[in-house]
Amino acid sequence: MAGFGYACLLLALVICAYGIGASLYGVRTGRVEFSDSGRRSVYALAGVLTVAMAVLEIAFLNNNFTFNTVADTSSRTTPTFYRAAAIWASQEGSLLLWAWLMSLWSSLALFLTRKRLRDVAAYATAIMLGFGAFFVGLMVFYANPFATTNPAPPEGVGLDPLLRFPTMMIHPPMLYSGYTLCTIPFAFGVGALLSRRVDADWIKAIRRFAFAAWLFLGFGILLGALWSYSELGWGGYWGWDAVENASLMPWLTGTAFLHSLMIQEKRGMLKVWNVSLVLATGTLAIMGTFLVRSGILDSIHAFGGHTLGVPFVILIGVMIAGSIYLVVSRRDMLRSEHRLDSLLSRESAFLANNLVLVALCFVIFWGTYFPLISEAVTGQESSVGPPWFDRYTVPLALILVLLSGIGPVIAWRRATFANARRNFLIPVVSGLTTLVVLEIAGVTQKPFALAMFCCAAFVFGSIGQEFFRGTRARRAMAGESPPLALFGLIKRNRRRYGGYIVHLGIAVLFVGVAASSSFQHASQGGLKPGQSTRVGDYEVRYVRPTASITPKYDQAHTGSTLSLGAVLDVTENGHHVGTLNPSEGFYESDEPSQGTVSSLIGGQAVSHVAMTGGLLRNVWTAIEPDIEAPNLKRIVTAGNSTLPPDEALVAIAYLARAYLKHPPPTQFNLVVSPLVFWIWIGGVISFGGGLIALWPAPSTVRRRVAARSRARALRGLARA
Amino acid sequence: MAFLIALSTLVVVAVVVLIVGAPIRRAHRPAQDRPGASPATDSPDAAATSAGEVQDLEAAREAKYREIRDAEMDFRTGKLSREDYDAIDADLRGEALQILNRLEPAEEDSDETDGSGGASGPGLLEQQERVQEEQHAEEDRPAV
Repeated sequence: MAGFGYACLLLALVICAYGIGASLYGVRTGRVEFSDSGRRSVYALAGVLTVAMAVLEIAFLNNNFTFNTVADTSSRTTPTFYRAAAIWASQEGSLLLWAWLMSLWSSLALFLTRKRLRDVAAYATAIMLGFGAFFVGLMVFYANPFATTNPAPPEGVGLDPLLRFPTMMIHPPMLYSGYTLCTIPFAFGVGALLSRRVDADWIKAIRRFAFAAWLFLGFGILLGALWSYSELGWGGYWGWDAVENASLMPWLTGTAFLHSLMIQEKRGMLKVWNVSLVLATGTLAIMGTFLVRSGILDSIHAFGGHTLGVPFVILIGVMIAGSIYLVVSRRDMLRSEHRLDSLLSRESAFLANNLVLVALCFVIFWGTYFPLISEAVTGQESSVGPPWFDRYTVPLALILVLLSGIGPVIAWRRATFANARRNFLIPVVSGLTTLVVLEIAGVTQKPFALAMFCCAAFVFGSIGQEFFRGTRARRAMAGESPPLALFGLIKRNRRRYGGYIVHLGIAVLFVGVAASSSFQHASQGGLKPGQSTRVGDYEVRYVRPTASITPKYDQAHTGSTLSLGAVLDVTENGHHVGTLNPSEGFYESDEPSQGTVSSLIGGQAVSHVAMTGGLLRNVWTAIEPDIEAPNLKRIVTAGNSTLPPDEALVAIAYLARAYLKHPPPTQFNLVVSPLVFWIWIGGVISFGGGLIALWPAPSTVRRRVAARSRARALRGLARA
Repeated sequence: MAFLIALSTLVVVAVVVLIVGAPIRRAHRPAQDRPGASPATDSPDAAATSAGEVQDLEAAREAKYREIRDAEMDFRTGKLSREDYDAIDADLRGEALQILNRLEPAEEDSDETDGSGGASGPGLLEQQERVQEEQHAEEDRPAV
């Protein structure tokens, strides 16, 4: 089967090479059949890579350890749920996932534009296939997912325990979908520049894909944050890790593009800016992929130790140089058709929002790449931490949230000061009321958080007012009930009101970020059963220890050989709030030299976080059981020296019993984060708004338009 | 096993060749064998240029209709005064007419290049009606 998979990769490479040639030949000579053949090459690429993915997936599900990728990232003890997702835990598998998703999305984009933009699409096809050739080439020449070892090892290393988390099933595909979707506007942007067709049509063709890229990337980032909070033992959701930043940068430029493209659609302005944003977003998506795959980073997200850096640097260099050349050489065609009518207009608000988003991206770019460049030049490791990022990003985020409330209440083209005064009244009153209430409540010690709450209240006022006025206008015209009018309003103006819902979700998300980061209480310390500690307003009592052995009985369902945990009772002012069951899983090691017992539990120890709380507060805890305590260590040492491998579990059972009977003092990390739940709620609201905005117009409208167009054509023919 | 792998690979290659080569095979068939073929499709350059212009103008038209609708929405939700709205709406409708005036001959050119024939253009009044009619249909009036 591995041979078949590799043959599919070789065939994919040939298809890419042929498709690039056919598309370029077709568009240069005007021979449509070759352009069509090039487009079909993308479909064929998607089909062949689907077969390759299926081959690898079957190997994972069947524990076929002749495949090196399977042996390195899976094992018989890895639960089936995670085995299915282990394909993207390896460098090789994730490259295949990238190429596969790119081919699928590219096929969809080219299928939807098959009757339009022939010349732009032909160049775009060549670019997409160029990306395909690059990633398939990496697999063929550097990181073959179908490489085999004969004879196969009896057991695999197993999936990294940190990745045994439900969102890991969907986080990478979502993130990769976002990255790969970013390359579609890039390809069409290059196509538009090459074919010198930089009018509204190419923007219209790629708008949905740019939006889908934004949506997938955003959701992928949010899932990553949720994973970090729920799985990693540090109690945070965003650490300004280089790989996190790498995914955030194209999302920021993509957000800027989604706003500024409206100005080009409506006014024919900002053509240089828009095409530059599209090209930057595509390049940043590839740079994000490069950071994870080049081996230059030591991050939980990164696949270290690989040598894919040079090909990626070459690709990024070509993308940057080519983009600059194309924009500069086509600058005459990219001139704006109009100028801003007024500074008090939605166009101006969008421009300001674009500047803030790009500034945010620049700050993050500098903080992420400068240490890497500095390290490459000086040889000295350097990095910038969260305080550096916070210093610049917090004020920019405040402005961004404020602008997301300003934009919706200003009219396109021009607004009068009288109207603006009336429209800003409710949002400003909302913001000021929040300020007064928080001042009275004594929430004054964190000025940035206070400012964020006020800005968010401004946004709620602004968006709430928009929905109210829109519903009222619709009721006045159609005489519908308020819920029906609201539903009809959103249905008939999906982009506008979907966008407003996204703004609302972003404001909610930032409220969660500001509250949870500014008013967090954390405590760390050792407890014995029966002892208590305080964190914030909560008292946490260590009730009793817990333990389980063998992967089958792991309470966290992650396949750990030994799991040691605790039952904690959480109270607030004497009232029971919840019971927490944090645990730490000990996994098999791939080092048999550690001894028979240690090899079963000497792998990575992973904390399984426990949380309780609700909409207002979240009590988070992680446990670090002291497996090196003398009474436990004695059992391990004795087992290592006396027990054969097939009886090593006996020692682990003894160890678990000893932990339950005579638990050593155990370290607990306790964090109380206010409003952290609202980060996820805000994300879901934004995602929902994004889906509304992305959803196509009702087919009935299209059918009616088509019918009228046909009727007109018939009238014209009759006159002729 | 090796035989099965070779056979599977050959099947995949054959399917790929069939899919990718179909447009070229179709183009090499005699013209009369092709469904919907016409002599004009033998000048694809002109057809592509003309069709491209039509598509650009159609996109501009749709964007303009959306802009008209957005202005109405801004007016109904109190973001524009009556005077500003009237002025902006008149401007936008004028711009939409200009696009339609450019679209009409471009569509005719495109039809002629396609060999499907053209139709004589309507008068200004009819075009104004068209802005109204098309916008109503496409944007599903009323805006709210």
